[in-house]
Amino acid sequence: MCAGCGAPVVVRCILSALKPEDHAVIGLATGCLEVSTWLYPFTAWKDSVIHNAFENVSATISGVEAAYKAKKRMCEEKNTKETKFIAFGGDGGTYDIGIQSLSGALERGHDMVYVCYDNGAYMNTGIQRSSATPEFANTTTSPVGKIRNGKHGRKKDLTQIVAGHNIPYVAQSAPRSAKYGGFKDLYNKAEKAIYTEGPAFLNTFAPCPRGWRYSTPYLMEICDLAVETCIWPMYEITDGKLKLTYEPKKKLPVEDFLKQQGRFSHMFKEGNEYMIEAMQKSVDDEWENLKNMSV
Amino acid sequence: MSEISKTVTWQKITQGGTIYESGNADSFITGDWRTSRPEWIVDKCTQCMLCFPVCPDSSIPAKDGKRLDYDFNHCKGCGVCAAVCPFDAIKMVEEINSDK
Amino acid sequence: MIKDRLSGNEALAVAMRQIEPDVVAAYPITPSTEVPQYFSSFVSDGKVRTEFIPVESEHSAMSACVGASSAGARTMTATSANGLAYMWEVLYIAASSRLPIVMGVANRALSGPININCDHSDAYGARDSGWIQLYCENNQEVYDSALQAVKIAEHDMVKTPVMVCYDGFITSHAVENIELLEDEEVKNYVGKYCPKHHLLDSENPIAVGPLDVPAYYFEHKRNQAEGLKNAKKVIKDTGMAFLELTGRKYGFLEEYMTEDADICIVAMGSTAGTAKYVADMLRQKGIKAGVVKVRMFRPFPAEEIAYVLSRFKSVAVLDRAESFSDCGGALFLDVTSALYVHGKKVKVLNYIYGLGGRDVTTDDLEYVFNELCELKEGKEKTVLNYLGVRGEDNNAI
Repeated sequence: MCAGCGAPVVVRCILSALKPEDHAVIGLATGCLEVSTWLYPFTAWKDSVIHNAFENVSATISGVEAAYKAKKRMCEEKNTKETKFIAFGGDGGTYDIGIQSLSGALERGHDMVYVCYDNGAYMNTGIQRSSATPEFANTTTSPVGKIRNGKHGRKKDLTQIVAGHNIPYVAQSAPRSAKYGGFKDLYNKAEKAIYTEGPAFLNTFAPCPRGWRYSTPYLMEICDLAVETCIWPMYEITDGKLKLTYEPKKKLPVEDFLKQQGRFSHMFKEGNEYMIEAMQKSVDDEWENLKNMSV
Repeated sequence: MSEISKTVTWQKITQGGTIYESGNADSFITGDWRTSRPEWIVDKCTQCMLCFPVCPDSSIPAKDGKRLDYDFNHCKGCGVCAAVCPFDAIKMVEEINSDK
Repeated sequence: MIKDRLSGNEALAVAMRQIEPDVVAAYPITPSTEVPQYFSSFVSDGKVRTEFIPVESEHSAMSACVGASSAGARTMTATSANGLAYMWEVLYIAASSRLPIVMGVANRALSGPININCDHSDAYGARDSGWIQLYCENNQEVYDSALQAVKIAEHDMVKTPVMVCYDGFITSHAVENIELLEDEEVKNYVGKYCPKHHLLDSENPIAVGPLDVPAYYFEHKRNQAEGLKNAKKVIKDTGMAFLELTGRKYGFLEEYMTEDADICIVAMGSTAGTAKYVADMLRQKGIKAGVVKVRMFRPFPAEEIAYVLSRFKSVAVLDRAESFSDCGGALFLDVTSALYVHGKKVKVLNYIYGLGGRDVTTDDLEYVFNELCELKEGKEKTVLNYLGVRGEDNNAI
């Protein structure tokens, strides 16, 4: 991975929630995480791992899970270890090209966890916009030009789409710096997701210094600002009941998050104030919505 | 997998590209990408362990709940650890070529 | 031995029940829909312990098969036409990952325009995907080939997925007499599938599907090609063993009345049956007609077919798909290149026929044999022809 990448930090925390005595099979969608951890003849993974293609990690891991169930039923396998099935995909492989495969696998009820590490664009191919790209963000396929101002339209709310599948556990989380509880929220949600029977989904915030154009040391600060501005709300939905797992004491304005990153720099130019206002409004609306839904 | 190198023939290469040795990427060195490096100032370190989980490259080894010096074979010098250290016990310095 | 009457789809589903794979992942598409339909009823009735994954698309069907097979499961599926096309990307991955998946393909024309009837454009398109392709003439062959396909795919020297192709509607839906093996016989015949390495082995974790750089990719592909080469011997041996078990003979090609024939039709699938019938008719008129049915299209039996065809004075190769090359159908190109490479000089014509379920009548094939007679006698003929399409001046209708 690139220096300062948020994805491996998220992945390591999630996998640390797996009990040491349990075995996991990991599925990876094509993406940064896959190509950089796993270059023949090397693998950085200590568990069994499978990569198939970009859009089909959910179907692939569901096949592995089905094989496990079948083998258990036929009593052929010396499955001494409890095995868990965890798929990782970026936002491109999840929100966009992989959404059909994900939706199918969730609906079928496989005992698996799907983790989306959302960095808000196709970073592996060079920062192209995805449906997870925030409105107005400057990417290589939503470039800021003379007549267009970055990405058009709001980010897709994948977590809510997944919630519509009525699966047992859905959550959104991010790594936090120590003063906000560190990795506790993410770890707890990962543990619940892994040890909930049936499909579970985790949407995790994963900053990309390259694509967002901020300086690499500020990984944790960016995570904090996303949560403190409510751009990335932290919540979980257990058996249909939504609960905010974190509420900022004082909600920060979206500018605090935006101004750290080169991809939003045009929003601070004179005449573009409407962009910040629009983003603030959509963040406020979503936050109010979530608060109303929260039990 | 150790016999697989860039001279391996098609007869000897693993079928389908399957890798049979988990975690063998340890031997793949990525530390030489570094342009700056973290310096661990042991005297200032309180072993609070805040740096350990934020390292994207798992390059802060730990033993018995205490961190050790960096794994410079894999540290890419991103500086996230220095940014989270509350005790100024990690300082980013320019990488010196001879260390690579 | 059990005597029964089954459609092609049913025959495949029964074979799958007897094989009892660990995982079946499938999606409905005409005309192969009945296969997952029958199979899921076996699951629901507890006749198999298989894990059936009712996926949301063919892309996911093949993706789940790749996952299951990598996890060491014996894995099967079935599809047709656009379903096969939708699997395209994953077909290559299944083959390159050396996963012994067996798939029934009820051949149907690819869109567009959309059409649900038979031709071979679906499987033809996948001929470079690295899968073994066996083409069946009738229901018996579908059943028999499905059983053999498991043995072939899983063989240590092969480790390559197999498509069992049969003509949509013509074979998939027509009910014919069939001989089945007893359940126990099939279990013994296919044995257990226990791959050395798989994802579920917690003691020996593996990584399937890495990023392969130029330093290794070519070696992997060459290694993969060896599996296809080895498949020839394994397909032959499997056919011999099957002959002993059932009395039914299977190889790369089936020759019909070829011993003394001087004209010959080369075809795949159910049309070979029609051609045999026409050859019989022509024999009564004293015309020495023969038929060569290609069963194994991938790998292609180039040497064998060149040797067989070299005995005839004129040959017509029938292609049930338009490859839009303007130099002949895919089977024709393979046959003529085989003849050239092996130094055999035979007069060969090509007929594109039966697209989108267009009937292939005995009249059509009699016309082809007549053309071969005239060609044999020295009359000039157009090499590339369409058979049974309105507006062509050189055909039977």
